[in-house]
Formats: sequence, structure tokens, C-alpha cells
Amino acid sequence: MSTQPQDNHHYRALEPLTPIEIERGERLLYRLTEFGRILWEVGIDVGPRKMLDLAETLNYVDVTNKEDFYHTLKCSLLAKHEQEAVFDQMYMYYWYIRDAQNKKKAETPGAAKRDDKHMRLPPSERKRLAEHLNTPQEQRKDLRPEMRESERRRRADEKFNDPDDDDTATPQGLAYSALEALRKKDFESFTWDEVQEAKRLMAEMRWHLGMRPTRRKRPSRRGTYPDMRRIVRRNLKYGAELLELTWRKTKHKPRPLVIICDISGSMSLYSRLLLHFIHTISNGLLNVEAFVFGTRLTRITRQLKKRDVDDAVRDVSKNVQDWSGGTRIGDALHFFNQKWARRVLGRGAVVLVISDGWDRGEASVLEVEMDRLQHSCHRLIWLNPLLGSPEYRPLTIGMKTALPYIDNFLPAHNLDSLIHLGNLLGTIDDSRPSRSTAARRKAVAAWSKGTT
Amino acid sequence: MDQDSLNTIEDVQRAMFAQNYIADRSLATTVYLALKRRKPLLLEGEPGVGKTEIAKVLAAILNTRLIRLQCYEGIDVSTAVYEWNYTRQMLHIRLMETGGAGRQEELKEIFGPDFLIQRPLLQAIDPANTQAPVLLIDELDRSDEEFEAYLLELLSDFQITIPEIGTISAVQTPIVIITSNRTREIHDALRRRCLYYWIDFPTLEKEYQIVLARMPGVPERLARQVCAFVRELRSADLFKVPGIAETLDWISSLLALNQMELVEEPVRDTLGALLKYQDDVLKVGGSEFTRMLKKATGVS
Repeated sequence: MSTQPQDNHHYRALEPLTPIEIERGERLLYRLTEFGRILWEVGIDVGPRKMLDLAETLNYVDVTNKEDFYHTLKCSLLAKHEQEAVFDQMYMYYWYIRDAQNKKKAETPGAAKRDDKHMRLPPSERKRLAEHLNTPQEQRKDLRPEMRESERRRRADEKFNDPDDDDTATPQGLAYSALEALRKKDFESFTWDEVQEAKRLMAEMRWHLGMRPTRRKRPSRRGTYPDMRRIVRRNLKYGAELLELTWRKTKHKPRPLVIICDISGSMSLYSRLLLHFIHTISNGLLNVEAFVFGTRLTRITRQLKKRDVDDAVRDVSKNVQDWSGGTRIGDALHFFNQKWARRVLGRGAVVLVISDGWDRGEASVLEVEMDRLQHSCHRLIWLNPLLGSPEYRPLTIGMKTALPYIDNFLPAHNLDSLIHLGNLLGTIDDSRPSRSTAARRKAVAAWSKGTT
Repeated sequence: MDQDSLNTIEDVQRAMFAQNYIADRSLATTVYLALKRRKPLLLEGEPGVGKTEIAKVLAAILNTRLIRLQCYEGIDVSTAVYEWNYTRQMLHIRLMETGGAGRQEELKEIFGPDFLIQRPLLQAIDPANTQAPVLLIDELDRSDEEFEAYLLELLSDFQITIPEIGTISAVQTPIVIITSNRTREIHDALRRRCLYYWIDFPTLEKEYQIVLARMPGVPERLARQVCAFVRELRSADLFKVPGIAETLDWISSLLALNQMELVEEPVRDTLGALLKYQDDVLKVGGSEFTRMLKKATGVS
């Protein structure tokens, strides 16, 4: 391999290279590929095509100028602002720190050779990679801590009493009546097996989101806009008379869905199962963005892209730091409104907030942010697991503050409620829900009286 | 100036400076590479940091045509690429009928270049262009995915196929600048084909330079204070942070009021040039405002 790209008419004519230059070029190319691999491993999308392209681009800059070299690499390999920090870190590490380390090693003979052979990452990254690589066995272990103490005990008992339990328990799913019961049962009182069954059922659910009209048109037999291009073509045979008309009509697309899920301590009984639920939704629909929050907001859309639910959920828990901690809904929504609203709430998005409304932040912050959030989306739906119990009243300060700004306030405590949600999502149309002060007051009054 | 005279990164930086655009070395490098390698340049950044301006400056430097395509939701081939002139076609058919020409010839003529209306993308790759134009695809995030996919094809080969005429390919590859405000994520496939640059808010010193370059008559003291004040605003927790465009806007408002330095009353009255949301105005008003103003005027 040489640094010269072969078939390229842009390529500047150069003097034939001396052997030393060729050797240097090859070494540079080798190092570039190695650097590309490091970037790829930390999640920056660098493919061979990009690397080839870069090798060609480097012909136009003076590679001995460190600054230019850096800028060239950056503008060619990086494509997302979010990854800039990682890129810089890796750049520093690879082109400066690692060299220094290697030099030190080289002074102590023997050690250097081994290091050259395999690529090295900083300890934190290495750990992440290692975790990423040895997964399959941990899978089951990982799910266990989510179970409550009582459940774990019950499960142990069951195992003790009936070691062949696994074989007898419904290979094809539960019988109808059992299924019905499961659908109505609160997630909170699920046993281990029921959790598994619920996960399976969730995976089978199909989701539809309300459609929104786009500004694009497509040809159709009947429509509202004349399709001039085809009209002229069709009517050529009649001379200049327009006898056949063809039409175009508005194209419809599903609305984007944004899910913001509470994973703080008070939600811990529900949050893992809800994550599964979010995973099935995001895999079933095209345009879903997902976030989780406790005291801070984390975007988990990328993690949920993994096909396997357990993989995805594990990945999420690794990336989220405030698992089962306190709740600051107002602050989380503030962050969302500032950083993400403009990017994900375009095109008539439907927002799904999942939280029990136990908020330790300030009510005034929450109010402002809820107001803004409602104004920037097409429909704001709040799912509250506590709403499942008939005596529940939205009395916590957080819930009370948020209530006036919610378009649909729904339970999310059992499978039935999720199915109900699915139906609601499918029927969302273009009409805006009433958001006048009077309508808000009425809704709040209805909730505090307890009529649903 | 033509493109061959821009042979180093410094040349680019200097040429942009001559057009009153202060570019960092990193930006100059990226622009230089975009010119040399003829790759599209994808620019992202907060609104008002000068993304669109780069295309204008480049067109001025190269003394070439700027073709601008403003994207919006629903943009399609007939508004972005080409459209047939239906009225003319109909009239022509009438004329032909009275003349009695053969059917085949008619067809050829009616769907010929004479009846074609060129939209920006077709203009940009018109083989008749003697000089490579600058094609600015502004706010790509506003268009929909379908259009982005179409663009992908265009940007890799710089050719457009019109079924009735055939394939039209560019003789002079246009210089393509794409901007995005990130209201929607641009697809990875498109990103991969571009050089990427994130334009950040300028540093205090750079913004001061920009102000002096763009508004030659401004008193230096005022310029310093304004830049310092805007920087304070940017560090506050605002919903919409003011960009450079707002800074320049604000200065011209202050100049229109004959202000030579920042004084509380006129600053409050003209705050609308900087802050575009009522929440932000409320947040900045009060004690926070006085503190910022003090800090900004204390600097000079």
C-alpha cells in the first residue's frame, strides 16, 4: 500500500518518491488506520472509505504542520458536534500521550515490542470495551437486582418446591384467562415469571402513531392539486385540449414520538419494565427519540437501537448515572427544552412523559418548563403508574403543578393500560387539544374530584 | 480572484479577511480543503454565527455566482431542480397544430431545453457555466428525508437526469456549502460525503475583531463593551443565546440612538435586539442585568 491514491485526476503531479519518503508515507498511513480504528471503537463512524478519502486529502496540506494536520483530520473524520470532545481526547491520546508513553517504554528494553503489537486504549475506555465484549453470561445476572427481596425469596421457594417448573410452565404462552389476569395485574406485584411473560407480550405488541400531513404531494387518482407535469404528457395526444386530468394529493407520515421516562427511586419498581416497553416502541416505529431522567437527563435513543432488548437495557443502565436516585423533573425538562426540544420536537411530535410526579425540585421551575414543553409539541401525554389505583389523586406538588399542562393523563401500571395507550397513539389526529385556561381548570378540577 | 490563486490555508484566511470575514485557522483549513478537494462542506452551529455568510464570502472571493437554495418542508424536484414551462408548452402545441408538424418532432421540441425552467440545483450543474458557482443549500434540516436522499445522489456525481432530455452533468463542479440548524438530524450518509465544521460562538477578542471589521464606524469603546456584555449574556442560562448577527444588530440599534457607551436605560430599551424570548428578557432583567452591565463596562 502506498499513500498515493491511484486513479485520481485531482491528484497533484509529484516528483517520484524516494524510498525514505515512501517508507514514511507508509508509516503515516499505518498510523492513520490505527487512529481510525481507535475512533471507530469509541463510537465515531469512521469507515475505510473515509480513511482513503483522508489519505487523499492529506496531499493538500503540509502534514508536518501539527495544527493543520489536526484540523484536517478533524474536518474529514468527524461528522457530529456531540463527538467533538471524544475526538479531541482520542487525538491527544493517540498522537501525543501514547507516543510519550511508548518512548518511555522503549527506554526499558523488552517492553516496547509487546506494546507495539496490540493497540492500547486509556484505562477507562479499555474497561468499557472489555465490558462490552464479555456479555452473554452476565445477561441474567444483570436482571436480578431489579427484583424485590420478597420476589427473589418467592422465586427461590418455587424453585425449591418444583425444580421442573420451567418445563411445565406454558411453552406457548399462558392460557387465555391467565393472560387476561396478567394484563390487569399491576406491574408492582409481578413475579419473576410474570415479568418475563410481560416482556414477551410487549415484544408482540404492534404500534401505530397518528399520521400528520406533510408538505409533500404524491400522484393519486383523486386529489386536490393538479399534476401539471403529467397532465401535459397525457394530453399531448389530444393536441392542446386538456381532456384527461391527473391529480396529486398530500402525503401523510407518522408523527415523531418523544419519550421522557422517569427512572428515579420512586419509579424503580416500574422503570426496567417500562424501558422494555420503550424499546419495543422504538423498534416498532420509525421516528422515536427516548430520554430518561432522575436528577439529570440522558438521551438513550442510540442505546435502544440495539435489536436485543436485554442488550439495549443493559447498555442504557451503563450509560445512565442517576439510576434510582432523586427526582428533579423541572430541571430535567429544562435541560430537554434547552438542548433537545428544537432538535427533536419538529414536525408535530407527540411527547410521552412517564413519571409518578414525585418531584424534589422547585415547583416554579417545573411549571415554566411544562408550559414550554406543551407549547412546543403537538400532544403531551403523561403516563403515571400510580394512576392505576382507583383512590389515587394527583396531590403531590409535582403532579399538581404539571397537571394543567398535560393533554392526556393516563395510567401505566399494567399491560392493559399500555394497550390502551397504543390505541390512543393510533388515533391522534391533526386537531389540537384545547389548551385554554378554562379547559385546563376544568381538567384539573375533574382530576382532583376523582372522576376520570 | 480565481481558485488557483488560493494555494495555501493562509491565502484563504487572508482572502476571507479581505471580505470582512474573520475565520479561525481551523475554519480556513476546512474551507481550503473543501475548495481543493471539491467536497461539499457541511456547516453546523447555533443560529447567527455566520454559516450562510461563508457561502456569500466565498462567492465574492472567487468572483463567481452564488446560487442559493433555501430549504423548507415539502421542497421537491419541481422547486429545487427543474420544472417544465406548461403555459409555453400548451401555447406551442396550439401553434404547431395550425402549422401541422409531425407528432414525433413536436414531442422532441416541447420537451426540449427551451421549455425547461431551471431551479437552483440544475443551475448549479449547468454545463454552460464557465466558472464553478457556489451552491448554498441553506438550512437543510428543514427539508424532509426524501429530499435529502435526492441530494445525496446529486452531490456524489454532480449530475441530474431528466427523463425527457437525458443526463445533465456539471462541467465545472460547483462548490457546495450546506448549512443546518439541527432542528432535525442530518442523515449519516450525507454527513459522510461532506467535510464537517461546527462554528462555535467566537471568543471575546474574535467577536471584537468581527464587530470592527463589519462596522467600520463603531467607537472602539462601545464595541468592547458590547462584546463583553454579549459574552456575559451567553454564559447566562437562556433559551435562545444571541449570535453574532444579534450583536451586530444591537450595535446598529445603539448607534442609531447615538450611544457612545453602554448606559443602563438605552440598553434595557434595546434588549429586544439581543433577546428574542420574553422568558429570557425576564431572566436577564433585575439584579442580574445590573451585574452584567457593570462587568461589561468595567472591562474597558
